[in-house]
Amino acid sequence: MSETDAQTAFIRSEMLAPQLPPVTERGVIKWLRENLFAGWLNSLLTLVSLFVVVSIIVTALPWWLNGVWNAGSLGECRTIAGPEGGACWAVIKARWHQYIFGFYPQDAYWRPILAFGMMFVALAPVLYYGLRAGAKLIGVVAVLTVLSLAALDHNIAHVGAIAVLMAGLFAFSVIAPKRLVYVTILYPFIAFWLLWGGSIWKPVATLLGFGVMVLVYRLIQPRLGVIMGTAVGFVAACLYWLFVQGAITGALGDAWPTLTAVNSDQFGGFLLAFVIGVTAITCSLPIGILLALGRRSDMVLIKTLSVGFIEFIRGVPLITMLFTASLLLQYFLPPQTNFDLILRVVILVTLFAAAYIAEVIRGGLAALPRGQYEAADALGLDYWQAQRLIIMPQALKISIPGIVSTFIGLFKDTTLVSFVGLLDPLRGVTQIVRADINWKGIYWEPYIFVGVIFFLICFGMSRYSMYLERKLKTDHR
Amino acid sequence: MKKSVFLGAVAAAALSAGVASAATLDDVKARGELLCGSNTGLTGFGAPDANGNWVGFDVSLCRAVAAAVLGDPAKVKFVPTTGETRFTALASGEVDLLVRNSTWTYSRDTDLKFDFVAVNYYDGQGFMVKKDLGVSSAKELDGATVCIQTGTTTELNLADFFKFNNISYTPVTVQDDSEAQRQYLAGACDAYTTDASGLAASRATMADPENHIILPEIISKEPLGPAVRHGDNQWGDVVRWTFYALLIAEEKGITKANIEEVAASSTDPEVRRLLGLEGDAGVMMGLDNNWAKNAIAANGNYGEIFEANIGTATPIGLARGLNALWTQGGLQYAPPLR
Repeated sequence: MSETDAQTAFIRSEMLAPQLPPVTERGVIKWLRENLFAGWLNSLLTLVSLFVVVSIIVTALPWWLNGVWNAGSLGECRTIAGPEGGACWAVIKARWHQYIFGFYPQDAYWRPILAFGMMFVALAPVLYYGLRAGAKLIGVVAVLTVLSLAALDHNIAHVGAIAVLMAGLFAFSVIAPKRLVYVTILYPFIAFWLLWGGSIWKPVATLLGFGVMVLVYRLIQPRLGVIMGTAVGFVAACLYWLFVQGAITGALGDAWPTLTAVNSDQFGGFLLAFVIGVTAITCSLPIGILLALGRRSDMVLIKTLSVGFIEFIRGVPLITMLFTASLLLQYFLPPQTNFDLILRVVILVTLFAAAYIAEVIRGGLAALPRGQYEAADALGLDYWQAQRLIIMPQALKISIPGIVSTFIGLFKDTTLVSFVGLLDPLRGVTQIVRADINWKGIYWEPYIFVGVIFFLICFGMSRYSMYLERKLKTDHR
Repeated sequence: MKKSVFLGAVAAAALSAGVASAATLDDVKARGELLCGSNTGLTGFGAPDANGNWVGFDVSLCRAVAAAVLGDPAKVKFVPTTGETRFTALASGEVDLLVRNSTWTYSRDTDLKFDFVAVNYYDGQGFMVKKDLGVSSAKELDGATVCIQTGTTTELNLADFFKFNNISYTPVTVQDDSEAQRQYLAGACDAYTTDASGLAASRATMADPENHIILPEIISKEPLGPAVRHGDNQWGDVVRWTFYALLIAEEKGITKANIEEVAASSTDPEVRRLLGLEGDAGVMMGLDNNWAKNAIAANGNYGEIFEANIGTATPIGLARGLNALWTQGGLQYAPPLR
């Protein structure tokens, strides 16, 4: 027995402490080997990229680090930065307000800021219906709005009143998050009044027109159906707008409360980009849905009109549409009509975006299995009920990435309005800044500044769409 | 400065039916505001400053017209127009008057149906080169690369000039002035060509203006002036004579500062007619007799406007040259006011 014991030279009675993998198979080195230096081609590409990145940084870094923030002109910037040169951010410091607000009167900056803050309040129920995240968003926006107002507006009464208002909206969103939709419905009228000023009774009287439309619809729809209800309601509202509204606004005139009127030609910079972008985005989605449905409709007339509209608009460059808005429309209107240029541009940009949205949504509709439509029919739903309850929720969910990328494209396309002489932030305002002899010759700084802001906004939209996709994901693919 | 005229031509063709109303003067008076088509931003000639107030050489003429017609130089709305939209804006009645350093050419006068009522700035196309290129005349630019804005008549002038002198060049096309300056400074082209006033402004803002020279040759005529619609002669007269009033004021030594004093003391009959002390010059035109006095009081006489915006005292530093009064060897000449 002892011999056998002796043959068994060694039996481990306890486990060895686990050892680290070899140095090439762990940590940073493993990651580098797998990701950057796997094979000669990868290694070569890595080295080349590294060289490019380093040389860009070496060239550009001194320019960034040597940036000058306090100077009265490009010449002063050059003197301060010295021979190695540096970015002249002083131009942004001197003219940032024109990049943001255009020529909007400086003592009225609180109006666009409040309108911007309230935009998020109005968006919260759309983006996060009934969720806590909505209240959080409103809370953050409320604080930021009040802070930026405090920095820009020296009227304590304004800041105080707006702080109270934003706090009230925040409380409302905490107590009744779903009721916040009413703020959303009212928002376009509030924003219009805040931005353009004048008498409040004009937007209120316009809003009444929608009230008329809903009332007539409610009366007629049970008897004659959705389409007749909508059509008669629309006609009634148009009659009201054409013939009654003038009398109402005329009678009330400039009754309290009024704000100083601001002309459209004072809009510029990001204020203009937002006015055009947000209006076009909001209006193009419903129009796009209707066009997509029209294109798939069995009714020949509706189908032909939808197809014709979509194909025509998609076949024409946006710049052509803008020139039409700015130049041709004038010829079809009576002489001396002052049809606001921004309004003309907004309408045509909306139609342009609607045609693209229609095609994106048609893609979503086409992706739905036929069974969904048949199931809706089998349940006895009529066309609009089926669309509202069964088809659209699924089609829109599928189309989210396409819709959001159309929106992002649309928002960036708002810079094209500089071709018709509007003050977009990228080219319009920059051209004006460069026309100042103090800043003539400046090149990169305005582009970088505007580019960064555009990036932040578009990146935000894109992240939100990814969040929405995750949230709405119900299948198990 | 002379972008595509195509859109303007289309628009003018559509206009031949006569859409815009004829009596611009009545429209302006009724509106209480002058709509002046201006640049989207050109150094010295017209651009809003940091507070959004429009200033510049062309802008001052708009203000003078507003002062003459409405009695208040502030009653102007400036409508920024691009090279493409400017002529249609005028033809369609979106603006009453276009003062946007537009060159007076034959086709614009006849085919586009505008009237260029005066020339407020005589410009011409020139070249800027780096000093170390060792060139002292544009005729030595054989084989050079030249930065040129696309879609302008400067492009055509350039081709004509090189063809005529039997030398060759390579064009580097750029979109606008800032890009041109960038390309030129980066060495993408040997020479940069545009209107001489623009070259002077660009050179003034370079880090090393002493290393760049503007060549002596001026290869084209660019008479820049205010334009109005064809067929509304009364309005054309108002703009033309407002401009001439500024010239006469300079000729007679009437300035913004001394205008009240001159009005009180002058015995010169033409001055008295100009300032509305004698005769009915304003009423003949459909204005009141203070028209010229108001126009001059707005920004001063022609010389003052020139010196304040683009003259030698400003960083742009343009000499009067062709734009001096005829009495001083220039071309600015106002017909007699009687």
